[in-house]
Amino acid sequence: MGESTTATTPDTLMNGADILVQSLVRQGVEVVFAYPGGASMPIHQSLTKTNQIRTILPRQEQGGGFMAHGYARTTGKVGVCMSTSGPGATNFVTILADAKMDSVPVIAITGQVSTPVIGTDAFQETPIIEVCRAITKHHYLVTRTEDLPRVMKEAFHIATTGRPGPVIIDVPKDVQIRKIVPDWDAPMNLPGYKPLRKAPRTELQPILDAIRASKKPFIYAGGGVIHSGAAPYLKEFAEKLGIPVGLTLLGIGGFPSDHYLCLQMLGMHGTVYSNYAINDADLLLAFGVRFDDRVTGKLSEFAKHGKIVHIDIDSSEINKNKFAHVPVHGDLKEALADLCVMLHEDDSADLVGGGRYPDWMRQIDTWRESDPMRCPELPDAILPQYAIKRLHELLRERGLLDNTIVSTGVGQHQMWSAQFFPFNQPRHWITSGGLGTMGFGLPAAMGAKVAHPDKLCIDIDGDGSFLMNIQELACCHAEKIAPKVLLLNNQHLGMVTQWEDRFFAGNRAHTYLGAGPDADPYPDFVTIAKGFGLPARKISDKNDLDDALIEMIESDAAFVLDVHVPHQEHVLPMIPSGMTVKDIIKA
Amino acid sequence: MRHVLSALVQNQPGVLAHVAGMFHTRGFNIDSLAVGETERHDLSRMTFVVHGDEAQVAQIRKQLDKIITVVQVVDISSEDFVERDLMLIKVCCPAEKRAEIALLVETFRGRTVDIQHDNVIVEVSGTEGKVESFIDLMRPYGILELARTGRIALVRGHTKGIAE
Repeated sequence: MGESTTATTPDTLMNGADILVQSLVRQGVEVVFAYPGGASMPIHQSLTKTNQIRTILPRQEQGGGFMAHGYARTTGKVGVCMSTSGPGATNFVTILADAKMDSVPVIAITGQVSTPVIGTDAFQETPIIEVCRAITKHHYLVTRTEDLPRVMKEAFHIATTGRPGPVIIDVPKDVQIRKIVPDWDAPMNLPGYKPLRKAPRTELQPILDAIRASKKPFIYAGGGVIHSGAAPYLKEFAEKLGIPVGLTLLGIGGFPSDHYLCLQMLGMHGTVYSNYAINDADLLLAFGVRFDDRVTGKLSEFAKHGKIVHIDIDSSEINKNKFAHVPVHGDLKEALADLCVMLHEDDSADLVGGGRYPDWMRQIDTWRESDPMRCPELPDAILPQYAIKRLHELLRERGLLDNTIVSTGVGQHQMWSAQFFPFNQPRHWITSGGLGTMGFGLPAAMGAKVAHPDKLCIDIDGDGSFLMNIQELACCHAEKIAPKVLLLNNQHLGMVTQWEDRFFAGNRAHTYLGAGPDADPYPDFVTIAKGFGLPARKISDKNDLDDALIEMIESDAAFVLDVHVPHQEHVLPMIPSGMTVKDIIKA
Repeated sequence: MRHVLSALVQNQPGVLAHVAGMFHTRGFNIDSLAVGETERHDLSRMTFVVHGDEAQVAQIRKQLDKIITVVQVVDISSEDFVERDLMLIKVCCPAEKRAEIALLVETFRGRTVDIQHDNVIVEVSGTEGKVESFIDLMRPYGILELARTGRIALVRGHTKGIAE
């Protein structure tokens, strides 16, 4: 080792910042996304003294936070971001709320003013713990240097166990500076935290009984499948029983999209057939989901024909929005693995014989055939859906699909990506689902690229979202991080204009982002990218699309492909907010 | 339906704010909340009185349990428990009314803890209903000030201890 932060002979005095950095090393952290400032300078000084952690300098704290998301969401490991106090810390508010909603293990470390001046409205003082309590899984204000080893241990434990989530650690500057002899063996003090639960077989048996009684079962699978690592068991379970699977936005990748039983995405912009099937099912097997309104629409009408089985590691999700007839509190991977074992046993022989649901699958196939997902195409313009479909096809032809991670911003392009870029494995699709944060795409793709240098990381973005964290192109250049940006530039806040068209008679209320009807598309993203020192290209002719996509894919550096697309397209199908499958708009 | 939730929490700064904030942000109402230390210096007990149907109260209990510093939450409503609310009430009391009020205090097994020329402070403890009856009886005399602790409660007999 031979460096100061890791020289830990028993009596070595270390300052708090060195202890913090050494704790990160001990937790196996290999990269932090950190923007310095007055109250976090000692930590940055310590970071320069280790070669075990790469420190990446984002250009705004939120960018660093979403890089940590990209890292965490594609690896399942903790993503670490850092900022100074005050405005640095408040720039983490959105990324923490996002991580809470989507259950992402992110740890944000913030500098704080020194303990003697806390509460005096000191320069760059914000009570960030007060601000972040409701949007984190847990929070720490470290008031004693002695507490750091324990707090760091607890934070990593909390972020990654049970239902994952964000933890914020606020570290006053004097705590960073003070020198002590750290106690690395200090035990965790979490008497109320019992994140692990394995549901016993007695609780799982009623699930098989319910399946035995069902004629039209349906699996509603969400982000929990991915967080718990349950995807292989979900596949085995669904295949053995022959039960169709619909996925939430965050569940995409949890079940192979090219599987016969996969009915693709559910909910507001899901497939017609998955929504018909979930509505008609007499048994809903809800695995790692939270009955979000974007899936359920009107709650009282949702899945009202059937029994509900709900498995989740967070017991507060069970019965929160919808009553579960068979509630199972426990780890989904363990539960599905055990259910698969139970299906091997003799008394399940009747369930796994195959062909239990011929009428049900025939009905589903009829729906699939009558209302398939159709990718629209125009002869003389590049439609955004078509651009996404071509990207997918070109990657498939090149055998790159398994090696491609996609992130998105938020809005129409996000939904089209979910619809037209299918995934067959977990952690290759990352998107801000619950919070819906514009600006997520670029930094998330960067974090993914840092975690997976050998993979192709593509941010499919909109012009509104892209502009929200565009400063991170500088970080791409400086840190030689090479995500690709497929920018579907329609000069509008597309999803909001869609709602304006549908619900406000098309009246444009501050949803136009361009420079005027006679002006060229604005801003000039190619010039911007070039200003950041990155290659870029803009196209509007459909004949250029394939060539430009290939140029983007093959670029060694980060690349911005600005594709000018019409803004009149709507994301369809659509179940309007708060309505039911009966109100579905197909085309 | 009225429920009494009894929670043991880690005795740390910010726990009360966290718990209170959770009630607020999730839209739950608290009828009464009392906080105090327990026999263990590292644990405090919070006693909540809340109203709601079974599903609502179950959700409150689970959301409380989800807070990392909350060690244990029990809905003790269905158990045999003792509940108390301590009140100090300052009432107008000219000399000629002293005997009358003293009789009421005695009936409620309260205590007169301060006597001035024209007012008294009375201490009454008991269930919510008893304390409120006493307040009603004092209204005609003129209530000057009133302070209550909020409801505290313990289950009778042996209860399951907290997991160490």
